[in-house]
Amino acid sequence: MSPFLGGFTAPLSQPCRLRTGGLVDRGAPLAFSFDGRSYAGYAGDSLAAALLANGVRLVGRSFKYHRPRGLLAAGSEEPNALVELRDGARREPNTPATIVELYGGLQASSQNRFPSLSFDVMAAGNVLSPLLSAGFYYKTFMWPAAFWEKVYEPLIRRAAGLGRASGLDDPDHYERAHLFCDVLVIGGGAAGLAAALAAGRRGARVVLCDEDWRLGGRLLAEAARVDGLPGPDWAAAAAAELAALPEVRVLRRTAVFGVYDCGTYGALERVADHRPEPGPHEPRQRYWRIVARRAVLAAGATERPLVFAGNDRPGVMLAGAVRAYLNRFAVAPWRRAVVATSGDEGWRTVADCARAGIPVAAVVDRRRDVPVPLARLAAQTGARLFAGGQIAAARGAAVLGAVRVIDAAGAPHLVRADLLAMAGGWNPALALTTHLGGKPQWDGAASAFIPSDLPPGMAVAGAARAHYALPAALADGANAGAEAAAACGFDGAAPPMPQAEPGDGAASPLWACPKARGKAFVDFQNDVTTSDIAVAHREGFRSIEHLKRYTTLGMATDQGRTANVNGIAVMAALTGQGVERTGTTRLRPPYVPVAIGALAGHHRGRDYRPTRLTPAHDWAIEQGAVFNEAGAWLRASHFARPSDADWLQAASREALAVRQAVGVCDVSTLGKIELVGPDAGGFLDRLYINTFSTLPVGRARYGVMLREDGLVFDDGTVARLEADRFVITTTTANAGPVLSHMEFCHQVLWPELDVHFVSVSDRWAQFSVAGPRAREVLQATLEAGADLSNQAFPFMAVGTFPVLGGVAARLFRISFSGELAYEIAVPADHGDAAIRVIMRAGAPFGILPYGLEALSILRIEKGHPAGGELNGQTTARDLGLERMMSRRKDFIGRVLAQRPALLAADRPMLVGFRPVDAARRLRSGAHFLPLGAAATVANDQGWMSSVAYSPILRHWIGLGFLAGGTARIGERVRAADPLRGEDIEVEVMAACQYDPEGARLRV
Amino acid sequence: MRIPCPHCGERGHEEFAYYGAADPRRPDADAPLEAWHDYVYLRDNPAGPHRELWQHVHGCRRWLEVTRDTRSHAIAAARDVAARGTA
Repeated sequence: MSPFLGGFTAPLSQPCRLRTGGLVDRGAPLAFSFDGRSYAGYAGDSLAAALLANGVRLVGRSFKYHRPRGLLAAGSEEPNALVELRDGARREPNTPATIVELYGGLQASSQNRFPSLSFDVMAAGNVLSPLLSAGFYYKTFMWPAAFWEKVYEPLIRRAAGLGRASGLDDPDHYERAHLFCDVLVIGGGAAGLAAALAAGRRGARVVLCDEDWRLGGRLLAEAARVDGLPGPDWAAAAAAELAALPEVRVLRRTAVFGVYDCGTYGALERVADHRPEPGPHEPRQRYWRIVARRAVLAAGATERPLVFAGNDRPGVMLAGAVRAYLNRFAVAPWRRAVVATSGDEGWRTVADCARAGIPVAAVVDRRRDVPVPLARLAAQTGARLFAGGQIAAARGAAVLGAVRVIDAAGAPHLVRADLLAMAGGWNPALALTTHLGGKPQWDGAASAFIPSDLPPGMAVAGAARAHYALPAALADGANAGAEAAAACGFDGAAPPMPQAEPGDGAASPLWACPKARGKAFVDFQNDVTTSDIAVAHREGFRSIEHLKRYTTLGMATDQGRTANVNGIAVMAALTGQGVERTGTTRLRPPYVPVAIGALAGHHRGRDYRPTRLTPAHDWAIEQGAVFNEAGAWLRASHFARPSDADWLQAASREALAVRQAVGVCDVSTLGKIELVGPDAGGFLDRLYINTFSTLPVGRARYGVMLREDGLVFDDGTVARLEADRFVITTTTANAGPVLSHMEFCHQVLWPELDVHFVSVSDRWAQFSVAGPRAREVLQATLEAGADLSNQAFPFMAVGTFPVLGGVAARLFRISFSGELAYEIAVPADHGDAAIRVIMRAGAPFGILPYGLEALSILRIEKGHPAGGELNGQTTARDLGLERMMSRRKDFIGRVLAQRPALLAADRPMLVGFRPVDAARRLRSGAHFLPLGAAATVANDQGWMSSVAYSPILRHWIGLGFLAGGTARIGERVRAADPLRGEDIEVEVMAACQYDPEGARLRV
Repeated sequence: MRIPCPHCGERGHEEFAYYGAADPRRPDADAPLEAWHDYVYLRDNPAGPHRELWQHVHGCRRWLEVTRDTRSHAIAAARDVAARGTA
């Protein structure tokens, strides 16, 4: 199908389109399809309006009972007409047809029908109806229990459900953005426009959000005039003026869905939903976080349906929606109307129907005393007036055929009609006033819940506070906008107040429905009827919050916008408590459905979070690196060669190279913090368990930090570069937390210390060169003249040497591998060059790059603790580092590390392990048990924390925590791993299983 | 929630890291074990105004003492810890 119908001569008929009027562009016909059939509408139509223009009145099947449903409303409160839009990866379920802006080529289909919309087997006699009453989740299908998963649940899911997700990756992208303003105006109807104009004209920064694609709200739907102009024209003029004000931003197609603390609002802008697909680089939707000093809620009101048997029949509609279809969209698919009203409101529909040429068969006014001018209107239009009457039932097949009316005397009448317009009063759209805990109050005079306990900075204007009449809404909006601007410092002369003809502001009493046979719906979308509420009442679920959960009243995608107040009123009538005491449920964000994609914005897939790459990353890729994620970092796990059967073979090859020749490892990801100041040494003494103020310049020392609760926090090396300059390293994972901890200690605990420090983690690329040939490699790497002899630059020496033709490199003679080793740090910009120089210098000695796996093998061979041992549950004593703890100074964690339980003799402490049968593999996570003891928690003596295959020892080795610790070296215990079904005998060893004297370090 | 940082201005709470109650003060080195236990583990959980520490980690990195109503998230005051002295 061509998306645009340019060139066609005989227009696809729109049989129910009025010849004139409306805000549609008859010069721009658009083709679309619904359930596979082609239709035409006009630019300016909603999908709902275009369907009505083509006489399509059956648009969906209901959630539980598969009853035929038509349009109830014209706006975002529509509960019935949920459609699937588009197809393929862009298929999206559950959008109300009333908010879908028609575009050429739009594909839509109805939901929840099988096999077709007009014939649905599930609806035949409402087969499941008796099983799906209130609380059915808790009562039916409970026995036999095994049937739930296999039989009942699939059956119910097939029968009751909404649309289908595409199941494919979303091809579009979404965006998150921030806005800051003085005054946020929510709603672009009469009150909202007046508020935005009043604030904007005074110079305030204004953001106006409206969910519609055209500003005006009810002004677009009513035959009312403002400042002498038709409502839509005045709204257009207001929109043009707002667009010209430099500090005003208008966001159309944008629904404010949540109110959060401190003037923060969430809004969803449907940027490209009105096009087949977004334009290049255009997001589909945008999630706005708006911070506003003041807000004016002008969200209008939602009309209440009447509750009577068969009120869900297609053709039963809200009276205001009928006016919207007549006046805004110029569609009238009806032949004969009945209007039911509980006040003056429905009479506007009588007048508008008459003007559009639709005969009004009857007006059923709840009031016995109908005002004379209205009675005269009935007479003029030929409508039979039932003063004091009410609707008993709607009859018909697929669509409405007749209305059963009870007159004031109680006599029944059957009136033929295919439209029943119901005006049951209005419910202020106050959801956004309740997100921070505000409780709406029942206003008996207005017969509505009105906002109270407003969020700080929010004012409510117009119909949202039950000021329905147009002059009142305009005045309300203008005052609220002016006051909000003034509160932000934008005073000014009183703005000219828009003038409108006085309309009726008469409040409508709540409708009480007569009892009748047949289902009377309260919540159309979730198929909750008056009898469901009666069941809940009978069974004791009378609190409004219980009612909601027991019947699912108000829990559908429309959040009960047309249902909640009627449900409350029905329950209030049953309990006799009155609506006021019955109260409302707590409303929570979001007010409208928000796609997860919109909240995530660009943070998905590879961009879910930032990825940190070291300066030598490209080099590592060239070397065949396979990367692991370490926090945000990518670190080389190993460097795969074609000859390697698996990662273990690669890691073993790399580890052996370090033991037998030389290897190089990128350690740039370690946290690095540089400290300066006369108190830097003293500060470090308070942070670490050991002492650094006595560390000579040009030397480094291993250090351990505790948390204040006495458990180990982090470890690393501290190097003294100058008398008052240190650089420390942290583990990769703790680089951020250690810096914050140091800032806490300095700013909160000891601000008197004269020390400054800063993270330099990203400033330096750092490489560990380790192995018997490391000195020769370094000698060839550094500029000529560096004396790296053991006397001049011994173990734990620190110095600065030129490299790469004059770049100052920091050299640390420290070793994690237990071999002769150096770490060389160069400014990050030189990292790539430095690693290539090291590789060239090392080539004659057989240098190999090594990754995290080889690093892990080497450190387990040496018994050095790392992640598995520094798990936040171990003490320095557990790690065998008790002697490092200074007794001559205070430091973080000193006192609580001495708690008796942490000093218990049977506390598991770090030792090494090897399998008694050298061919067996060890598993981290295995638990230690005495030989012959049952595998019970009572017999548990500790756990294996790290394991590796040692290529130099030619068997698996492990580190673990065993009750009794080093006193048990030489004993045998079992390492039981029930998860993998393994249970092997191991020998307890010293933690360091390779070169325990450290002879290889100091050569 | 938005926190008025005395150095950077009002910022969204996602720029800050929460620490906990601001009032417990680190005991003297020779204080009894009980005092240390209370300092590390015992916290009030008031429904109402609460003095607490936040760090502006994605801003000035200063530690701030923020007085927040735990019921409404209304923030009555925010100052640098340096402004409260060491007493």
